[in-house]
Amino acid sequence: MQDREIIQEFLVESAENLERLDREMVELERRPQDTELLGSIFRTIHTVKGTCGFLGFSRLGAVTHAAESILGELRSGRMLLDADLTSLILDSVDGIRRMLSAIETGEDEGPVFEQSLLERLHAAFDQKPQPAVETAAPKAAVKAATPETTAPAIEAPKAAPVADNEEAPSPHKESALADTTLRVDVNLLDRLMNLVGELVLTRNQVLQYNAAREDGALNAISQRLNLITSELQERVMKTRMQPIQVVWNKLPRLVRDLANTLHKEIALDLQGSETELDRTVIEAIRDPLVHMVRNSCDHGIEAPEERARRGKPACGNLTLRAFHEGGQVHIEIADDGAGMDPARLRAKAVERGLITPARAEEISDRAAFNLVFLPGFSTAAAVTSISGRGVGMDVLRTNIERIGGAVDLSSAPGRGTTVHVRIPLTLAIIPGLLVKAGGERFVIPQLNLHELIRLEGDALRTRIEYVHSTPVFRSRDALLPLIDLNKVLRLPALRNPEEASIAIVQAENRRFGLVVDAICDTQEIVVKPLGQQLKELNCYAGATIMGDGRVALILDVPGVAQRSGILAAGESSAREAAGGETGTGEGGERHSLLLCRAGRFARLAIPLARVARLEKISRNLIEQTAEGDVVQYRGTVLPLVPLAGMFGGGSGEDAELLQVVVVGTGGATAGLVVDEIVDIVDERATCLRASQSPGLLGSGVVAGKVTAFLDLDAVAGQAGFAGETSIARLREALLGEVPVEVPA
Amino acid sequence: MSETGAAMTGQCATFYVAGRFLGVDVLEVQEVLREQRLTSVPLAPEVVEGLLNLRGEIVPALNMRRLLDLPPREGESLPLSVVVRTGHGAVSLQVDEIGDVVEVDAAAFEEPPRNMDAKLRSMLRGVQKLRDRLLLVLDIPRTVNVGGA
Repeated sequence: MQDREIIQEFLVESAENLERLDREMVELERRPQDTELLGSIFRTIHTVKGTCGFLGFSRLGAVTHAAESILGELRSGRMLLDADLTSLILDSVDGIRRMLSAIETGEDEGPVFEQSLLERLHAAFDQKPQPAVETAAPKAAVKAATPETTAPAIEAPKAAPVADNEEAPSPHKESALADTTLRVDVNLLDRLMNLVGELVLTRNQVLQYNAAREDGALNAISQRLNLITSELQERVMKTRMQPIQVVWNKLPRLVRDLANTLHKEIALDLQGSETELDRTVIEAIRDPLVHMVRNSCDHGIEAPEERARRGKPACGNLTLRAFHEGGQVHIEIADDGAGMDPARLRAKAVERGLITPARAEEISDRAAFNLVFLPGFSTAAAVTSISGRGVGMDVLRTNIERIGGAVDLSSAPGRGTTVHVRIPLTLAIIPGLLVKAGGERFVIPQLNLHELIRLEGDALRTRIEYVHSTPVFRSRDALLPLIDLNKVLRLPALRNPEEASIAIVQAENRRFGLVVDAICDTQEIVVKPLGQQLKELNCYAGATIMGDGRVALILDVPGVAQRSGILAAGESSAREAAGGETGTGEGGERHSLLLCRAGRFARLAIPLARVARLEKISRNLIEQTAEGDVVQYRGTVLPLVPLAGMFGGGSGEDAELLQVVVVGTGGATAGLVVDEIVDIVDERATCLRASQSPGLLGSGVVAGKVTAFLDLDAVAGQAGFAGETSIARLREALLGEVPVEVPA
Repeated sequence: MSETGAAMTGQCATFYVAGRFLGVDVLEVQEVLREQRLTSVPLAPEVVEGLLNLRGEIVPALNMRRLLDLPPREGESLPLSVVVRTGHGAVSLQVDEIGDVVEVDAAAFEEPPRNMDAKLRSMLRGVQKLRDRLLLVLDIPRTVNVGGA
C-alpha cells in the first residue's frame, strides 16, 4: 500500500493532537467562554476529520464529524458546555484514539463499537437546547430556556478545575514553534549518539598521539578537534532530552476523570513541566507517575463533605513539582488530603506480619511511612477499582529503583502526603565501577555498589571465613556471602593469592561480596544493548565501549546473584508481593540460613546471622562441667550443646572430630554439635508451621524441602548454658568486667 | 520466509569457511572487516566468539566454523569478519577467506538436499549451481538466530 507512509504520518500527528486536545478540553470546561481555546479544539478535530476524508476512513470520519458539529455549535454559542458534554467529547477523543490504534495495528478502522458513541454524539447534537435547561435548573420556571438566558457562570464545572499554568498554550505560540521544529526518528538520534561516542574515542587517540610529539600545527588542530567534539557530544545528548510535560500532559485529563468517578473535587497544579529528562527515563517513569497520581486522588484526597468537616476547602489540591538538583531530577507529588497516621501504619504492618511488633516500636515515623512500600501492604480500607489492591506501592518502588532512582514518602495526618521521587537524568549514561576478572574488564553499575574492600596478608586470612566450604565476609554485623566472579563466569583464576578485592554489592535487598581480580576506577559509561544472541544471559545488563575502543560487559548484579544462588531463580518483586508469610524486619521475607543435620532432623535451619563460626573440634578436647560438656575455645569456655542428643535419633558419636556451629545467644556464645553441615541457603521459607517440640520454632519449606527451625534461645535455656542475664550476674560476682565476646 | 530454499536472483558476497564455499545476498552485507579486537563473553553460547565495537555499535561475532559444526581453525591465520545487517542490528560472521561477488539466478538455484543435517539445512536459502562448484547461500535471519529456535 503506497499510502502507508502518509497514514503513518497522519497517525503520529493525530496522536499528538489528541493529547493536546485532552488538556484543552479540561481547560475549556473551566473557562467555557474562552473562544480561542474552543477554536483550537475545533481546528484539531477538523484536521483529523479532513485527513480521514482524504484517506478514506469513513467511520472515523463520521465520529469526528459528529464531534466537530457539536464543537461548532459550542463555538457559535448555540450550545453551552457542561460536564456531561465535556465527558462526551472526551469520550469521543478516546474513541478516535481507539480507531487510530486499530488503523495502526490493522488495516481497518476497528470494530463497530464506536457506533454507540456516534449515537450519543448525534443525540447530544439533536437536543442542543437541553443542556441549557439542565444547567439552568435554579430558574425552574423557565421551561424552554434559550441558551442566551443562561449565564455562563451557572455551568461552571462541578469538578476538576485545573490550575492555570505557564504551559497553557496559546495556539499562536505553538504554530510559531512548529516552524522551527522538526520530527526526527529516535533511532536516528541513537545512531548519532553512537557515532559521537566513537568520535570521542577517536579524539582521545588523536590527543594521545599529539601528546607524544611536538608539532605546533597538529597541536592546534587537535585542540580544536577536542573542543568541537565535546560541544557536539553535549548537543547530541540534548537532542534526546524531553520535558517532563510529555508525561504530564495526560494528567489533567486523568485527574478530571478520577475526580468525577470518585465524586471529589481536585485541583491539579503542575510545576516545572519544562524540566528535561532523557527519553529513556521519561518512558520509565510514565507508569509510576500515573500510579502515584491515582493513589493521591483515590486514597489521599478526601470527599468534599469530609474535607468540609475537617475545616478544609472542599476542593483538594494535588501538586506535582519537578526540578533538577544535584544532577538528578526530583519529582514531588503532594496532596493536601487525609495524610497517613504512622501509628496506624505500624499496626497494619504488624497485623500483616510484615514486621515484628518490637521492630514497629523501634522505627521512626519517617520509616513508618515507608512501610507502605513493603510487599503486601495496603492501607486502603476498601479495594477500589481506581488504585487496585495495594500491591502497587512495592512494585512502584521496584520500578523506580530499577532505573536508579529512589522514592521516599512523608505525611502529616490530616494535612496531606508527599511522595518524593529522585531519578537520574539519563539511563543511557550511568556511573559504573570498572573491575577486572580473568583478564577481562567488567563494569558494576554504581547503583548496585555498596562499598569496596581490599584485603591483604593476615587480614585476608582472618576476615574471610568459611561456613562449610562457602566463604563469607564479616561486614560489621552481617555475614555476607562471597561470590568469586571468576568462578561464576567460568574465567581463569589469575589472582594473587595474597590479596583479595571485594566489591560489596546489593541486589534486591540482598547484599553480598563479589570477589574480583582487581578494582580499577569509576567511570561514566554509555550503556548499549547486547545482541539477540546474548539475550538469554541474565548476568549482563549490556555492554559499553571503553576509552581504548574495546567492548566491556556491564554486569547485571541481580543476574549474577541469581546465577550463583544468592537469589532464587525467577524471583521477582512481584512474586514477593504475592507472598504473605512472616518475616523479620523490612524486606526480611528471605533468610540466610545454615542448614545442618542433627539427630533425627536431616535439615535443621539456624539463622546465618547468629552463626559466628563453624569449627571442627577434636573429641578429646572436651572437658566436663556441672552444666555439661565444654571446650576451651579462643580464650573462652565454650559450652557444647549436642543437638543430636537433644532431639534424639542417631548421632555422630563415633566421629573423632565434632562439627560445631558456634552461635551467639544473648551475650554468650555456645557451640552446637551437629552431625553435618548441609548447606547455606538464601531462601524464602514457605508453609510455615509452629512446633510444639521444645527447642524448635517450627518447620517450613526451604529450597523445596521441609526444614525444622531451631529455637536458639530455647536450646540455650534447655541446655542450661548461660544466657545474657545469668552470665552478667556471674560476671559481676566473680570476674568483674571481663568481656565475653563472640570470638572473631 | 517460511519455506527453505526460496529462489533468489541477484548478487552474492561469497566467503570460505573450512573449505566450504558460502554466500550471502550482497544487500544484506554491511561491510567486511579485517582486524578486529573481540571481547569474549563468558557463559555465552559457544558460537558467539565475542563482541566487537563497530563505530560505536556493539556487534556480536559468530564463529562460522562452530555454527556450521566444522573443525576449528588451525595455524596463525586470523579470521575475517563479514558484517551483515539483521532485524536485530548488525552481526559479524567470522570466516576464513573472502571470495568474489557472484551473480546468482533463479534458474540455477535449488533447494538444499532433503537428507542433509536439519540444523544446517535450516540455515541455507539454497544452493546455487555454478559452473565448477556449488555455492551455499545462507539465510541470514536463521543463521544468526543463535540460541533462539
